[in-house]
Amino acid sequence: MALTILDPTAERAPTGRPLAERPGPPATVALLDIRKPRGDVFLDEIEALLRERRVAVLREAKPTFAKPAPHDLRREIAARCDAVIEALAD
Amino acid sequence: MLRWTPSTDDLDAPSAIEYELYRNGNFFQLTPPGTSAIGIYTQPGTQTWTVVAVDRVREGRLGVLSSPADAVAAAPAAMRDTYERMALELLALVKHDCPVCDQVLPALDAAGVRILSQSSENDTAAQAARLSLSRVPEIDLDLAVSERLDPVAVPAVFLLDGDAERDRVEGLARDRLAHLLARAGRPASLEGLPEMRPGCLSRTRDPDVAPRLAARRARAEGRIVSRELEIGTLEDPLEALHDRGLTDGLPVVPPTPERVVETLEHTSRHPQDLVGVVPPYGGRATVEKVAINAVLAGCAGPELPIVLAAVAAACREDFALQGVVATTAPPGPVVVVSGPYAGRAGMNAGGNALGQGNRANSTIGRALQLTVRNVGGGRPGREDRAAHGQPGKVGTAFAERLDETAPWPGLAHARAPLGPDETGVTLFAGEAPRFVVDQLARDPDALAATLAAELEHVGSRRARLIHDALLVVGPEHGRVFRQAGWSRERLQDELHRRTHRRAGDLVRGADGIADGLPAGTVADPDAPVPKFAAPERILLAYAGGDAGLFSMIIGGWASGEMGSTPVTGSIEPWR
Repeated sequence: MALTILDPTAERAPTGRPLAERPGPPATVALLDIRKPRGDVFLDEIEALLRERRVAVLREAKPTFAKPAPHDLRREIAARCDAVIEALAD
Repeated sequence: MLRWTPSTDDLDAPSAIEYELYRNGNFFQLTPPGTSAIGIYTQPGTQTWTVVAVDRVREGRLGVLSSPADAVAAAPAAMRDTYERMALELLALVKHDCPVCDQVLPALDAAGVRILSQSSENDTAAQAARLSLSRVPEIDLDLAVSERLDPVAVPAVFLLDGDAERDRVEGLARDRLAHLLARAGRPASLEGLPEMRPGCLSRTRDPDVAPRLAARRARAEGRIVSRELEIGTLEDPLEALHDRGLTDGLPVVPPTPERVVETLEHTSRHPQDLVGVVPPYGGRATVEKVAINAVLAGCAGPELPIVLAAVAAACREDFALQGVVATTAPPGPVVVVSGPYAGRAGMNAGGNALGQGNRANSTIGRALQLTVRNVGGGRPGREDRAAHGQPGKVGTAFAERLDETAPWPGLAHARAPLGPDETGVTLFAGEAPRFVVDQLARDPDALAATLAAELEHVGSRRARLIHDALLVVGPEHGRVFRQAGWSRERLQDELHRRTHRRAGDLVRGADGIADGLPAGTVADPDAPVPKFAAPERILLAYAGGDAGLFSMIIGGWASGEMGSTPVTGSIEPWR
């Protein structure tokens, strides 16, 4: 016999979001440290490589790795930079 | 509360007068003799109540007597014998396998009463033939009329004025039925029938029918709005639920509308009330959605208020559920239930409280985790990035043992302004429990020393000011503190004091261990560095069996501002 059940999910249809247009050679890149140990080591290396290529670098950091980046931080990066690199790992 | 002025009558004393109550024109109930006030539970909103005195000697009506309660509008009811005969209709509900229906049906048929059967077409036709009725009763399709009139027993004969019910007789009450037929202008001979027989249960009350009707009503009234998913006849429901990605890998109970509506009976909240917005994708957990996941998890109905309180607590911003789900570390939400409702929901606070074998403990935490998965969208290996996880992430819940052996009031009561008889839940982002043995300490200092030494290991011994801990003190350890008169706060202070270490021993590279405090941050190698940010960051719960000089440590995740703060809430708003 067919069985009817109720959907346990939030029934949200995922919104399709296209990738942002690729920026070409960026003028300014944000490097976002999520505050995991040694993320700064990784970002220091990236910063050096970017500066060799004459790209401006803005160093930013989340207050804690355990929570999403605050809205204001995201807005600031979006307003001031052409691209962002996040340093994730330990 | 409905109150009215008692009637007077030339034959009956006030104490002998009964009253018929009508809600919005529909018969509601007959009161016991002499009643002048009655408490009634109803839905919110304006209703019209009519109170009609009934003289049982003459079976006549005395007229309207009501002085209805506040917010209740009275509608006058007139003396209406003559009028009723012209406007009223009779309707009878019967079923084929009811001997009392068989007894009454010939008389109803002869009187020309409209008869609806709750049985199938074939069964009804066979019954009509068996009883030599002049007409085959109509079929009450989908039991729609039966559901609206909702008799407990059949045969049930209703006196209807349009859609409004004026009176009813359920079962066989010969004199009342004769009176009813006469009022509608269809007098019938009921001679030879017994004076009184109780009738048979209405089909609407059958165990295989009532839940289906309740679910149908819930949908029609907008209490249930979730999408219905069909599982085909050739599918195994348990496999189908796995295939649709709705489980944690263990079998689940299919959340049929009937089961969900029955579970919702255990809260006073409207099913569309919002419990919380669940990370990581911000799914809206309504009471209905939580109940669906509670059914999936295998909860019994009385567990629902605890699950709702746990979901509400988990969705509080300071619990940081997004991080708890997404972290590479192993924590899951640990639900500690403190207070008398835990026992009423069947939870275990005694032997094996942190183990298997108790339905409520096993399913409450699981219901929360399934809500996180299904409503919030946090799935292992995708949004949940745990390197190892731990078995408690299937769901962890236990009750505190707040009996006469308890050294302190409950954890929830220490953390929130709850009354002693109130039940609270505390959520803690914790790893798997670990066993701490001290079978020799009989004084509180010695026992606190052991517990402190083991608390040093949360995260790692080098981890300072990062993790909180939940210490589940067992009864044989709790006895030591109770007999010594140590309060919860005293033990927390002692544990906090005893978990300080020399900075020089914690610095990076000391003892060949790379992890630790950066050397530049240590000005004085002899300065004591605390393990925990504050005494109250060592949470104390009390649970376990009578025998065993043990306690259990549940280490925390990144704690406080940098991560998750334990959250406590009352279950009262969810009952």
